[in-house]
Amino acid sequence: MTETPALSVRNLRVEFPTRRGTLAAVDDVSFDIAPGEVLGIVGESGAGKSLTGTAIIGLLEPPGRVAGGEIRLNGQRIDNLSREAMRPIRGKRIGMVFQDPLTSLNPLYRVGEQIIETIRTHLPMTEREARARAIELLIEVGIQGAERRIDSYPHEFSGGMRQRVVLALALCAEPELIIADEPTTALDVSIQAQIIQLLKRLCRERGTAVMLITHDMGVIAETANRVAVMYAGRIAEIGPVREVIQSAHHPYTRGLMGAIPSIEGTGDRLTQIPGSMPRLTAIPKGCAFNPRCPHAFDRCRVERPDLMPVDHSLAACWLVAPVSAEPPR
Amino acid sequence: MSAPPFVEVKNLSRVFDVSKPWLNRVIEREEQKFLHAVTDVSFSIGKRETVALVGESGSGKSTVAKMVVGLLPPTEGSVTIDGVDMWSLADAEKRQALRRRIQMIFQDPYASLNPRWRVGSIIADPIRAFGLATDRAEIEHQVGELLRLVGLDPADAAKYPHEFSGGQRQRICIARALSSKPEFLVADEPTSALDVSVQAQILNLMRELQDRLGLTYLFISHNLAVVRHMAARIGVMYLGRVVEISPTQELFSAPRHPYARMLLDAVPDLAMTGRPRKMVEGEIPNPISPPPGCAFNPRCPAVLDRCRREVPELATTTSAAHAVACHAVAEGRI
Ligand SMILES: Nc1ncnc2c1ncn2[C@@H]1O[C@H](COP(=O)(O)OP(=O)(O)O)[C@@H](O)[C@H]1O
Ligand SMILES: Nc1ncnc2c1ncn2[C@@H]1O[C@H](COP(=O)(O)OP(=O)(O)O)[C@@H](O)[C@H]1O
Ligand code: SF4
Ligand code: SF4
Ligand SMILES: [Mg+2]
Ligand SMILES: [Mg+2]
Repeated sequence: MTETPALSVRNLRVEFPTRRGTLAAVDDVSFDIAPGEVLGIVGESGAGKSLTGTAIIGLLEPPGRVAGGEIRLNGQRIDNLSREAMRPIRGKRIGMVFQDPLTSLNPLYRVGEQIIETIRTHLPMTEREARARAIELLIEVGIQGAERRIDSYPHEFSGGMRQRVVLALALCAEPELIIADEPTTALDVSIQAQIIQLLKRLCRERGTAVMLITHDMGVIAETANRVAVMYAGRIAEIGPVREVIQSAHHPYTRGLMGAIPSIEGTGDRLTQIPGSMPRLTAIPKGCAFNPRCPHAFDRCRVERPDLMPVDHSLAACWLVAPVSAEPPR
Repeated sequence: MSAPPFVEVKNLSRVFDVSKPWLNRVIEREEQKFLHAVTDVSFSIGKRETVALVGESGSGKSTVAKMVVGLLPPTEGSVTIDGVDMWSLADAEKRQALRRRIQMIFQDPYASLNPRWRVGSIIADPIRAFGLATDRAEIEHQVGELLRLVGLDPADAAKYPHEFSGGQRQRICIARALSSKPEFLVADEPTSALDVSVQAQILNLMRELQDRLGLTYLFISHNLAVVRHMAARIGVMYLGRVVEISPTQELFSAPRHPYARMLLDAVPDLAMTGRPRKMVEGEIPNPISPPPGCAFNPRCPAVLDRCRREVPELATTTSAAHAVACHAVAEGRI
């Protein structure tokens, strides 16, 4: 037996009831994240990345709802908890970092007050101990003059510095899991690199598991141990980061990698995936990627592939199906 | 003498007055505040060439773009296109004729299309505005051809922008920009709002169109890999100035300016080569009160006293096409 995963998601399904029927925005998503591991969730906009994260922290906005599956935090089921029971888990056991640092920071309070309050809500510390801890954390995330800056308001920090403060806030109650949704997307490249390194180092030192949601393969390559590629609400491929980036098994992942201009590349024409991700109201039958896939064949248009093992990964594509799995004709 | 370049930008500067209103200033005893968004920027673009400007947000890229296409008057300097000065009053008449030949594509394909107009009318607008055709059937025909050119269907002319995805909307923007048969396109972050698979479609399309129509591009992006893919020459901007300008190959194989080097090091290593990299330290200073001398000096590992006093001039290096604004490079220290 291996150790209990920090986060285990099984067959997660998120639905939106609409007048024209029920839309499945997240469909049969499963993955584990080990303590200290960074799992990247990557995909183009609308793939269902953020909803997966939102479902895990129990913040789906109605009418969106978890319609199936199980979510476990270090073995404890959390998907069936009430809003009240879930509240102390967020902040204490699951830290959160969003694209816009101002989502996590209250503009009316000094950053120190917010960190101290979070620490004291979740850990048995006096005001003074919590303040000392907050200063330590701010130093750790690279805020110069933390003793002074702790009494500043969020608007007195630059975007990059604010995201550092949010990291301090996410880590202050020593969570088991951090969910970071596009944490560097709004930042300039030079600042982005700083924040990625910081997130990686802090979580490695503490053994915190990280679910890193991003549309940027570069960020994944720099940060993640494993990566799940999402397409139209499902995982298309999941595996070790090097394998997925350098020798992807799923045609969508390969297309995605070829589409990214590189600073080493040849400058030739970029690989181009025709079309765009389907809307939830028009997800193609069979493999959702089939209208855009250069390898699509008859089976792809009628039968949906599940994730199948290939090398050290899983890929949802009939091309990787073991021959014996083909139904006899 | 060789012919002057198709596009010539000379010593372009733009200062914004960012003071509080006069009364507040008097009451709060504050001085007037000026923001130097663009300072002394010069470059040229040959016909059918692509030159790119790259830099982090606030470095002045969009301000340069707006001055080049004639949307924003420069505080100083000139923009000359095919021999006509964009901003001199004397050339007013010629400038009018020039307008048709220059078009711009913006970052946000959502905001730049009027949601209440059909796609056909959007694309036909420049044709009508410049009086390039008046006959309805002829305009319709041209719109259909333009839609085909950018990979859409002539029947799409009857639809509204909301019926299209982000990438398709950017194609519509490109069709509209091409409808006045321009020779020079300024594209300001044209793919920054798009997903990578769609970005690849648009970048490929822009290159195809350049080959087919002989277009000249000024291409602006914060993404080094994207400009590398598109441009023959690249200018790197920092706090309103071009700090290094170079043929693309050379910039990537032998960047000279400490900021350009750091920017390259900050690009995520997708090939996972584990190439050694140095982290960029610090943040971009406030543009209203930039550091004296070289604006990069607080973040620069090669800084010396002189850098805090004297602004380094853009000067050519060993290669005549490669210029760098850095004392350390000029002194041969790095
Ligand atoms: N409140 C909602 N009602 C209906 N559809 C929604 C809602 N929120 C998100 N969606 C849809 O769910 C899909 C996945 O969204 P999201 O998880 O935000 O994607 P990602 O983060 O990968 O860009 C998208 O197609 C989006 O339009
Ligand atoms: N109309 C304006 N008024 C005042 N400041 C401006 C205006 N337009 C741009 N700026 C400032 O000029 C600088 C350069 O802006 P911009 O050209 O948009 O940079 P970039 O496109 O490289 O992000 C920024 O500091 C910006 O805030
Ligand atoms: S299952 Fe078929 S359509 Fe889907 S990715 Fe594989 S080959 Fe392409
Ligand atoms: S001029 Fe001085 S501070 Fe500026 S980049 Fe060169 S060495 Fe660094
Ligand atoms: Mg999202
Ligand atoms: Mg801009």
